[in-house]
Order: sequence, then structure tokens, then C-alpha cells
Amino acid sequence: MNALSRFIASDFTYKFVRSPVAMIASLVVFILVGGAIFAPLFTSQNPFDPASLNLMNGFSHPMEPNQFTGESFIFGTDDQGRDVYATILYGMRISLFVGFSAVMFAMVLGVTLGLIAGYTGGRTDTIIMRIADIQLTFPAILVALLIFGIAKGITPPGRRDEVAIWVLIIAIGLSEWVNFARVVRGATMVEKSKEYVDAARLIGRSPFTIMLRHILPNTLSPVLVIATISLALAIIAEATLSFLGVGAPPTQPSLGTLIRIGQGFLFSGEWWILFFPATALLALALSVNLLGDWLRDALNPKLK
Amino acid sequence: MLAFTIRRVSQSLVVLLIVGLVAFSLFRFVGDPVENLLGQERTVADIERVRTQLGLDQSFPVQYLNFLKGVVTEGNFGVSYRQGRPVADIIAERAPATLELAFVSALFAIVLGIGFGVYTAINRDGWISNVIMTSSLVGVSLPTFLIGILLIYLFAVELGWLPSFGRGETVMIGGWSTGFLTTSGLKALILPAITLGLYQMTLIMRLVRSEMLEVLRSDYIKFARARGLSQKAVHYRHALKNTLVPVITITGLQLGAIIAFAIITETVFQWPGVGLLFINAIQFVDIPVMATYLMLISVLFVSINLIVDLLYYMIDPRLKADGGAAGH
Repeated sequence: MNALSRFIASDFTYKFVRSPVAMIASLVVFILVGGAIFAPLFTSQNPFDPASLNLMNGFSHPMEPNQFTGESFIFGTDDQGRDVYATILYGMRISLFVGFSAVMFAMVLGVTLGLIAGYTGGRTDTIIMRIADIQLTFPAILVALLIFGIAKGITPPGRRDEVAIWVLIIAIGLSEWVNFARVVRGATMVEKSKEYVDAARLIGRSPFTIMLRHILPNTLSPVLVIATISLALAIIAEATLSFLGVGAPPTQPSLGTLIRIGQGFLFSGEWWILFFPATALLALALSVNLLGDWLRDALNPKLK
Repeated sequence: MLAFTIRRVSQSLVVLLIVGLVAFSLFRFVGDPVENLLGQERTVADIERVRTQLGLDQSFPVQYLNFLKGVVTEGNFGVSYRQGRPVADIIAERAPATLELAFVSALFAIVLGIGFGVYTAINRDGWISNVIMTSSLVGVSLPTFLIGILLIYLFAVELGWLPSFGRGETVMIGGWSTGFLTTSGLKALILPAITLGLYQMTLIMRLVRSEMLEVLRSDYIKFARARGLSQKAVHYRHALKNTLVPVITITGLQLGAIIAFAIITETVFQWPGVGLLFINAIQFVDIPVMATYLMLISVLFVSINLIVDLLYYMIDPRLKADGGAAGH
């Protein structure tokens, strides 16, 4: 049997096909991620290229022809005539890029520290887990805000906008490594005492190889679950920071920035500039979250 | 007990010293303090004089100690780059707004959380309970800032019942500006307090509900029923009392979270509190304000955790048996 047919015949696929929530959630994620990645294919205008904008199109209502140009936009346009549908797709690119990168960063950091702490034990373990405990007493969003603030202070003023996205990734990543480290440490301590690890040690494998090649693969399924749930958290954290005006710069707006801009038009009745980006954010975060919940149950051997 | 207390307190002090070091390094290395104080027309002699005055010619550890001494004994947190006033004064001016908001939302969360929790536990399958439980799920998955915007849209823009920003009129009572005494102040509190307290409310509600369901199954409740006590007495005198211990600890721990999440709520409602001050400080890289906020919030979190740990240690005899090795 090749890998593909083995995957189709697996328990995992069986459970997936039987769960409507998981199917719908992954369909939504698939559509949103696909739309964001291939944004130029699905939109006729690039909202961040001033040349493709027509100011006359400003404040078009959704689904109605504009009173000056007669053009019609499915989600309406904002004050500068940017198609809200296009800004959502392009904004989601930033949101997803920051979310994914932050989770990858948190995962690499957390898994490495968790492996080291669990495998070596002793003082290294105490120090790493103490830091994790201390960080856990502060809410993640506060940690991210502080790191963002410090990093902004260190970078010279002229370069702040261009590094803002990377600072955002590091700030969110550093605020979420703890969960990875705790889970991997716990799993490593269980695996460490098993016979296959003893065997690997006896044939003279280095601790590095044992950690990476033998223990790590056996801790991966909880890591996958945490990564999915962290992705939802990271997307919301990014949106929150950008909404607060300390995240993605106006030149590279994410969904949070779009919501921040849209809030300003709420009082004058242009509800669509806020409503559609907010709905996109909710749909994205909620379906990733549901997928994470389902994954946790599906990969939990106790529930089989 | 004494050994555990000493160890826990010294751990907390180490954390605070490290936070202080981070804050001090921010002051010292991000931007040049001398540059920020002296204008363009400065001489080398001026620079030397200010450096000596600020103690910048001393070694790093000595500077750090002096900084700590200033913070602890005089409450000297430096001068805001942006407003040119002592940070301690600005924070003291802003603190009442945040504390009043946090107080009202904690009250909202506790009262409604316990009320809904008890109700949904007693009437487990009623349709009202199902509505409450389902809407609490939605409430948890909505990000705080969207809840705030939603409330503004509904109650300020569409219905026009409540103000959408600011504190309304405030009254000064001995340096404390309060919004509790005017109608506009009270009205302005409603939406931000709900926004800030909603998440905590659902948390408390779910906790009370599950604890209550657990307790209602226990033997002493059956016994109380067998004695012929009224439903009311069984539910409120016997069951509720025993669910409150974990609720009190969680609420205590959540107090810090309320102050931290106030940053988001204050930005949505332009509430002139410490959180908004902090966000503005990040936007304009006002280092002294940022560092002070960092230190104050750390003191808050570290003391809350310390108190909860010590309380647990007093309440739970099992921790004493292993000498407090599992301190939390």
C-alpha cells in the first residue's frame, strides 16, 4: 500500500469524513487561505497600488452601482475607492503570514526548549520551566505588547515600518512558546524512560540524535494540536495588536488594521467597511479553532 | 510554612528585580537620556554636567541600584519624553479611570457569572439555560475589540442610548477623579464595563456551573434533602457556599487579566486610563511611560500570584506534606 491509500484508509480520515464540523471548518479555512494566497487571481484591483484605484468609486454601497462611475462592488468600497473584497483578501495575506510565521517560530523555540528540558532534566529543566511559569502568569497579549514596544524602541525611527511585520511575528511567537515547551517536556519525560530510548543510547547515539530522531517524532501529535489552536490565537493576537495601532503598518494593512480603519466610518453609516473584514476575521479564527478542537479529540488515543 | 513563604517571596523579588533591570535597560540604552533633556544648543560642558547630575558617569550596577532606590523610596519613575512631566504624576492622574472601570467590570462579571452559573446548574435542561450556554460560547470566541465595536454600533450609533467614548463628566474628590457621581459618568461606564467583563463573566459562569453540578451530586446534599430542607436552603446555603472557594481563587487571578485587557477596552472606547496611556506610549516610543507601566503591572501580577500561592498553601494540607515543592 502506498502512503496515499494508507492515509485514505486510516482512522483519521474515517473520523474526518464522519464529522460535519471538521469538514465545514476545513472547507472555510481552505477557501480563505486559497483566496488569500491567490488574491491577484480573484480580484481585478490591487488595493495597495494607487494606480488601480479610482477615487470616484469611494464609499460605494455593497452590491449597488456607484452613483458616479456605475461600477458595482460586492462588499462596497472605502473612502479611497478601494474594493473592500480585495482589501480583505490582501489583508488576510498579512494576517495569515504573521499568524503562520509566529506559530512556526513559537513551535521551533518551544519544542527545542521542551526537548532539552525534558531530556536533560536537573538544573536546565528547572531554569527553563521557571521562565515558562513566570511568563504564563502574564496574559499573552500583554507579553506581545511589551516585546513589540521594546523592539520598536530599539529600531531606528526610519526603519520601523519595514520591520514592523517581523517584530510582530517575534512578539507573538515569543508570547506563545510556553504551551509547546510544556507539552513536549511532558511527553519527552515519558518517552525518555522507554526501552527504545535506552536501546538507542546503548548503541552509542548522541543525545542530540536521540532527541531529534527518536523522541521528537513520538511527541508530534500533541504539538500539531497546539499548533492549530495557537494559529487561531496568533491570528486574533495579530488582529488585536493591529487594531490597537501597534501592529501592521498602514502600508501593509492586515485584517486588524482594516477593522481599525472601518471603525472610523461606523458613525457616518458606512458599516460595510468594518463589517466584512470583521466577519472574515471571525470566520477564519473560528474555523481554525474548531479544527483544532476536532484534531485534539481525533488524535487523543483515550477517546478511541 | 515559614520556609515556603520565604522561598516564594524571594522568588517574587527576583522576578521583580529582573523586570526592573529590563525597565532600567530601556531607560538607559534605548535613545540617549542626555539627548532627550538637552536641546540642540548644547556644549560639551553641558553634556558632562548633565551626565554627572544623572549619575550616568557611574558604573552600570551602581546606576541600577540608584534607579531602584529612586523608584522604591521616592516613586521617581523619570519624566515622560512626550508630555515633559513626571511619569508618576501622569499615572496617578490616569489610574482612577482604569481602577473604576476594572472594579465595575469585575463586579459585573462576578454577580452575573455566579447568578447565571447557579441558574444553569439548577435548571440544567431548561431552554433558558441552553440559550445562556450557547451565547457564552459565542462570547468567548469573539475577540474583545469586536465585542466593544458591536456594542458601540448597537447602543451608541443605532439606538443612541449610551455614549461611545470617554468617561463623561467626572468629579474630583481629593485627587481622585470619579465618574460614579454623575449620570453621564455612570452611563459612560456601562459599555466599557460590559466589554471588559464579558469574558471573565463567561469564565466564572462555566466554573460555577461545573462546580455546582459536582456538589449537587454529593452525599451531603442528598442528606440535606433527606432532612427535608427547602430547595432554596439546599441550593444556596449548602451547595453554593462550597462552590465558592475555587471561584474566589480564579477571580483573584483574573483581576490582573482585567487590568491587562483594559488596554484593549480603553482603546476601543477612548477611555482615558492607564491602558490607553500605555498604547500611546508604545506608538510614540515614550520609554519612561512604557517602563513604568511594565514595572507596575509586574508588581500587580507577581503579588496576586504570590497571595494566591500562599492562600493555597494555607488551605491545602497536601502541599505542606511535600514541603511546598508543588508551589502552584
